[in-house]
Amino acid sequence: MTTTTDLLSTEPAAPPPLGGVGFARWCWRQLTSMRVALILLFLLAIAAIPGSVLPQRGTDPIRVSDWIEGNPTWGPILDRLGFFDVYAAPWFAAVYLLLFVSVIGCVLPRTRLHWRALRSAPPAAPRRLDRMPEHRTWDSTASADVILDRAYDDLKARRWRVARGDGWVSAEKGYWRETGNLLFHAALIALLIAVGYGALFGWRGNVIVREGSGFSDTLTQYDAWGGGRLVDPASLPPFAFTLDDFRVEFERGDAQRGAPRLFEADLTLWPAPGDPAEPVVVRVNEPLSVDGAKVFLVGHGYAPVLRLTDALGRVVHDEGVVFLPQDGNLTSTGVLKAPDATPSIGIEGLFLPTAAVDDVRGPHSTFPEADDPAVFLSAWAGDLGLDSGVPQSVYALDTEGMTQLGIEALRPGDSWALPGGNGTVEFVGLTRWASFQIAHDPGKEPALISAMVALAGLMMSLFIQRRRVWVRASASASGATVVSVAGLARSDEADLAPEVDAVVVALNEGSGKA
Amino acid sequence: MTAASLAEWSNLAVYSSMLVLIAALIAFAVSFAARGQRVMSPELVSVGAGAPAPGSAPEQSAEPLAPGRRAGNIAMALTWLATGLLLVGLVLRGVWAGRVPWGNMYEFSLAWTLGILAVFLVVSTRRDIRWLGLPVVFLALLSLGLAVTVLYTEAAQLVPALKSWWLVIHVASAIICGGAFTVAAAISVLYLWRDRAERKGKVTGIVASLPDASRLDTLSYRILAFAFPLWTFAVISGAIWAENAWGRYWGWDPKETWAFITWVIYAGYLHARSTAGWRGRRAAYISLIGFVSFLINYFGVNIFVNSLHSYAGL
Ligand code: HEM
Repeated sequence: MTTTTDLLSTEPAAPPPLGGVGFARWCWRQLTSMRVALILLFLLAIAAIPGSVLPQRGTDPIRVSDWIEGNPTWGPILDRLGFFDVYAAPWFAAVYLLLFVSVIGCVLPRTRLHWRALRSAPPAAPRRLDRMPEHRTWDSTASADVILDRAYDDLKARRWRVARGDGWVSAEKGYWRETGNLLFHAALIALLIAVGYGALFGWRGNVIVREGSGFSDTLTQYDAWGGGRLVDPASLPPFAFTLDDFRVEFERGDAQRGAPRLFEADLTLWPAPGDPAEPVVVRVNEPLSVDGAKVFLVGHGYAPVLRLTDALGRVVHDEGVVFLPQDGNLTSTGVLKAPDATPSIGIEGLFLPTAAVDDVRGPHSTFPEADDPAVFLSAWAGDLGLDSGVPQSVYALDTEGMTQLGIEALRPGDSWALPGGNGTVEFVGLTRWASFQIAHDPGKEPALISAMVALAGLMMSLFIQRRRVWVRASASASGATVVSVAGLARSDEADLAPEVDAVVVALNEGSGKA
Repeated sequence: MTAASLAEWSNLAVYSSMLVLIAALIAFAVSFAARGQRVMSPELVSVGAGAPAPGSAPEQSAEPLAPGRRAGNIAMALTWLATGLLLVGLVLRGVWAGRVPWGNMYEFSLAWTLGILAVFLVVSTRRDIRWLGLPVVFLALLSLGLAVTVLYTEAAQLVPALKSWWLVIHVASAIICGGAFTVAAAISVLYLWRDRAERKGKVTGIVASLPDASRLDTLSYRILAFAFPLWTFAVISGAIWAENAWGRYWGWDPKETWAFITWVIYAGYLHARSTAGWRGRRAAYISLIGFVSFLINYFGVNIFVNSLHSYAGL
């Protein structure tokens, strides 16, 4: 009887006979690494939790600084430890990198074993088939050779991997299970690499564009921009667009009143300098793809057009001012700075698309659509502080060193003569702005492919059953042939009875015995 | 049919489904209690001499219909009926709103309950799991009760970010997974109960109406082995949708983070089952932890956390 060494064994239940030392080492490696993998998986789950509880710099830097200010003891400590940037923290990286080292350390030897198993015949049938969890024995009138031939042919025809020996046939199937499992783990490594690649070579920026104005893809035009370490900011794809019209609709029914129902931006796009212009529409969920970058519509708001005439009668400002929404009804705040006016003028404004005033909340908006718009302006004169060298937000006015001229509420068409003959402000009308996120992530296609491969491998690994069946036939003292068929599930959960039954049926068919 | 009457019919269907579920709950309780008094015959795998008749099912013994069995049959029929009613309620809701009926937490809860009942019923077509009816119907009633009292929202259209085919696919798979995780968690609890009794050697009373611990373990594994790839798919399709809507496929938004945590825990469960010393009880605990993580993702993130995914509509 030939003995074939069973080289592929991932389950502790079927240890490979590699000899004492080999076996011990195999055991140790298997146990420790599986256990370590398990522990690391749990560490990963736990490490991911704080990032969902604490505000994160990447998504919400303002709430992070609020949090730190509100918790003077814990704030700075947690900040130090990276709790406000969990997914970029060294300890988080340590967990997943260790995990992936462990995956590699696990996948490589298993691949080697599996490769060998794929090229060797199934091991010989055990001597006592009645010890197997699923087995049948009966007497047959056919000779042992006929039975075994029949078993061999039948299993072969049903694409089992079959070996035949003296008095036995041994067959195994379900090798794809292990292949799928290895594929799955390897694809996870590929996924991590793809994500890392995207982080190094990808970039993303945000820009606010008013209706009627434009954007061209250079670093200076962005309000915010961030890129991977290996991105050359000078080589952004050179497209440009103007925002011609922005449409938005809100729910007017009682349920979820004020919730947005439609966002649509009409752009005129120049894919590259000198290209003919083409009209395009960008919607939420329908980004624009241009030259390897994608343009997403991510926000919107109002830009009331304010015309400012200074004390000398010069029009120093006459366009939309971007007001940032503060709530779901688009109560918005904005700032107009006119350093060139005489004197320098700064205006803080509150814009209400549907204006209401009450004692508790003061002026506020009751609906996001401009049904009854009004601006509340507060005008200041004096040094805007723009020359001090300290960078300033365009959305905030530093009123230190300025004197307040007065406050006024304006409806469209109203104008306001600033007190002290400092000029006039006119609320000319309304435009909207839209904000776009423009992103380039060269890692996302590889990431998607890796994820799909992982999913396919996972399904193979979970749904394909690894089984063995054996047939033994020998002449008994009475002259009949004793036939035994048995099966063993090599993966946990196989339903063996049907497999064994199928063999029994095949063996009985030819003999005309039920 | 006018919109208002569509909504009323939808609500009516949901309420009727709850009533039928209450009846099913009672019937399951009767059946369960009666089973506990019967002597359990463990389902032996046939070990035959002579050529056995292949495909002989050991489960259907010609035992006369005991009272427990009849109550169990009635309970199963009622559960089918309740599930059908719930499906009708959900479909009407979708017709009323003119979109897929999982745009807010009320609808998501209905869908989740449907997921729980559907997973239970699908499994029940393959094996006798009447013993599982009581906890499953109880959970379904609990979630429906929460839905109609706390989470109820008038149907409205979707905010633009939710208008996508990926939403349909992503949420549909998440809902089925939700059902499967819930059923598996219920089985894990029963496993822990039965396992304790078996280890003490005192399998008497009501515990005796449960199958062997090892069979409970296998069943919850099979359900999770089906749900895990589906959850993987739900996460991937969510990432595709996020890429389309927000310009990044993964941003560690709280909902994404908890989907990831849930995924990692169930991956841990699958590993635990092939790690000596971790199968059985510890694996069952991990399955429960995974379920808790799923609940946090569903309730916790929607209600308490400021997330891009906060579509609770509360
Ligand atoms: C990123 C980390 C990992 C994840 C997400 C992961 C996930 C999975 C999943 C979902 C399965 C189930 C598929 C099945 O049962 O066939 C599995 C199986 C398996 N994993 Fe991992 N794994 C990871 C790391 C590792 C590591 C480090 C090892 C090495 C010790 C390992 C070894 C195995 C083995 C041997 C199986 C097969 C178990 C069996 O046959 O039942 N995994 N893994």
